[in-house]
Amino acid sequence: MNSPADTSRVTSAKIVIAGGFGVGKTTLVGSVSEITPLTTEAIMTSASEGVDDNNLVPDKSTTTVAMDFGRITIDQDLILYLFGTPGQTRFWFMWDELVRGAIGAIVLVDTRRLADCFSVIDFFEHRKLPYLVAVNCFDGKQLHDLQDIRDALQVSQDVPLMYTDARNRESTKQVLIKLVEYVLSMRRTRTVGVG
Amino acid sequence: MVLGGDEPTGSLVRPYAVTRGRTRPQLEIALEALVETTARGRSGQFLGGREQKVIVDLCGGRLQSLAEIAARMEVPLGVARVLVADMAADGLLAVHEPTGFSDEDGADESVGTELLERVLSGLRRL
Repeated sequence: MNSPADTSRVTSAKIVIAGGFGVGKTTLVGSVSEITPLTTEAIMTSASEGVDDNNLVPDKSTTTVAMDFGRITIDQDLILYLFGTPGQTRFWFMWDELVRGAIGAIVLVDTRRLADCFSVIDFFEHRKLPYLVAVNCFDGKQLHDLQDIRDALQVSQDVPLMYTDARNRESTKQVLIKLVEYVLSMRRTRTVGVG
Repeated sequence: MVLGGDEPTGSLVRPYAVTRGRTRPQLEIALEALVETTARGRSGQFLGGREQKVIVDLCGGRLQSLAEIAARMEVPLGVARVLVADMAADGLLAVHEPTGFSDEDGADESVGTELLERVLSGLRRL
């Protein structure tokens, strides 16, 4: 059938696409995904696991959170998923599951609404998830100096910061490549440090 | 087009009806875990209902993640997780867990690095 020869090695990986509402997360996912982005919904109920403040939620409360995601087949036995985060950070319960085991995250930024991504950056730093910042150029214009944006976001010099056009496949591809290179370089540094 | 609307829709009525009310899966399955129909599943003899038939068909061709199954069946993630876990326990599906990269996963560093390199070259080929 279609099964790979050695099914025990079949595996997947994911990258998280984060940013404020309307910044272009789904557009970015769609620009490079081999499938039209799909939406999956998670329901938080009183039975949900991994919810820290469950007792703050009244019984039988159900909140639905939607996430968009896309897929890139790297190899027959290796598939990469791109998960867009729920727009609002009040849905933290979903984020725990999203970031668990992720390669890293792309924080998509709209310079007109920089503050939208502050809490997202805090979250990734707290969880020690590698991330890069991609500044979406909505009209192809690079309105701000990257160093100014870095200063405004208060992210360290190590964190990659780049312009992107979320609609453009090649541009999105470069952002994904940059993130994976960054994660690999962090690992190499760590290995050298230990040895 | 706004796919990921931020407001709770509240439109789902008793979504766990298809799992007979169970919300806890027999097996924790990651969002991106890949699901594949087994030969036993393909035989069609052991299927327990309409949902199981749909999942077996869905995962009988190319691999599908739990998230894709939920999205394509238009059921919440938790519902798909219970259904898939049941079917995996019955040998109808094989679940391939993702390779985790966080330190907290206690992941084998060399396995992770090799996989990252494969992801990187795959992205460059796109």
